[in-house]
Amino acid sequence: MTGKDGLNLLIEFSGGAELLFNKIKKHNVSLPKSEIPWTIEKLLVWIKDNLLAEKPEMFIQDDSVRPGILVLVNDSDWELLGQLEYELQNNDNVMFISTLHGG
Amino acid sequence: MQANRNLTNKDIARYSRQIIVPNVGVGGQCKLKQSSVLIVGAGGLGCPASLYLVGAGIGRIGIVDYDIVEENNLHRQLLHSEKSVGEKKVKSAADALKRLNEDLQVDEYYFSLDSSNALDVVRKYDVVIDASDNVATRYLLNDACVLSGKPLVSGSALQMEGQLTVYNHNGGPCYRCLYPKPPPPETVSNCSDAGVLGAVPGVIGVLQALEAIKVLLGQSGTLDSRLLLFDASESVFRNVKLRKKNANCSVCGENPTITQLIDYVQFCGSSPNDKDKGITLLDDKDRISAIELAKKIESDEKLLLIDVRMENEFEICALPQSVNIPITKMEKPCHVDEIKEEIKSKTENHNIPVFTICRRGNDSQKAVKLLQTICKDLGVEIKDIKGGLHDWTRTVDSNFPIY
Repeated sequence: MTGKDGLNLLIEFSGGAELLFNKIKKHNVSLPKSEIPWTIEKLLVWIKDNLLAEKPEMFIQDDSVRPGILVLVNDSDWELLGQLEYELQNNDNVMFISTLHGG
Repeated sequence: MQANRNLTNKDIARYSRQIIVPNVGVGGQCKLKQSSVLIVGAGGLGCPASLYLVGAGIGRIGIVDYDIVEENNLHRQLLHSEKSVGEKKVKSAADALKRLNEDLQVDEYYFSLDSSNALDVVRKYDVVIDASDNVATRYLLNDACVLSGKPLVSGSALQMEGQLTVYNHNGGPCYRCLYPKPPPPETVSNCSDAGVLGAVPGVIGVLQALEAIKVLLGQSGTLDSRLLLFDASESVFRNVKLRKKNANCSVCGENPTITQLIDYVQFCGSSPNDKDKGITLLDDKDRISAIELAKKIESDEKLLLIDVRMENEFEICALPQSVNIPITKMEKPCHVDEIKEEIKSKTENHNIPVFTICRRGNDSQKAVKLLQTICKDLGVEIKDIKGGLHDWTRTVDSNFPIY
């Protein structure tokens, strides 16, 4: 299944990023059918419009995630997959981790 | 007959259970004895990390910390005891570690690590453990380790979560490869504001010791190019794959622009000292002291006192006259009408003044700003209590608990 048929994803937030999403760490979502493939870039906009509960600037800055948030797709750094351009696949697991600094 | 030139009979007796592990052996134990590890931060991570390094027979450790032991450290920083409250953390930690192992050499650095001293200290050790609690120190240590070619075992913990990576090792990334830009200061939480369950940094700190030992023994399987995530609330460890070293990284890349240490407080927009970060948002005319509040309460003046801390903090201790409306609630547009109504009903249609209070007097100022917006056009007077509940304890009622 590709973006044209819609996609099911597991989206996860951790390290405090979940606080912006009503403290819910795991979200099973279905993305609607789309002629243009679903990329992370497009997903970020969708998350902002559909999942984000508050303070968008704490999650998105300059059309990407804000500094200090690491994005993983299926437990791999998004940098290895093309970052914003990565084309999402059905059942992908996308995780947004806010870096911790405490000790 | 001497079994080995470098290990004494005492060493053999003491470390036998570790020496017989094939991954260690006599050669490994000798290496550990001749090794040195620097631990930056003698707190929730540094205590367990140093404990297990010393236990394993590391010959020399250095501890950097500018802080003194406070009562609120004791639940997680288990090298420090009740008797050491008020003592330098480096001294308290060194004493505890030497009690454990008299052969140990401990170097104490009682100062805040900064660009002027970091390289000199880092260069004296084989591996560095980042057990610090703030962004500026994390960038500083990263750069110092890259510039002096030292592996950096970096751990962090907050509330119920921990993270662990080995940077600048085996072709893996450095901290800057992953995070070229520092996070905006307002997105960063620390243990003093957000809290931490003691065993969480305990787990991460012990794992930091383990990774440092593996690095010293030259073993593969260390956490370079990987990040270990620990979610204590679900009892889940997750191991994720990270990028390799970035050729364009500004410090460890092929053409680095950072060739000496920089000003990290300026770079991060925040200082290493995470305590008592006082902010000033309001003019003095919009603030009253705890003493002034006490006088008003004593003389039965009508007022509405809003405590803006989280519910669980309000539960710890609160002034009997106060009502709890957390600032996080005020920040959400969906609660605006409800809050407006509550204030209206509790101020007799805005005829009595409103005061906001929090732990230290930072959020109470933000709350005044928020309430001024929420209640604009209602003409209600809103001020905050300068210095918050800490000042209440300090200047009004010494029996009121401090946390």
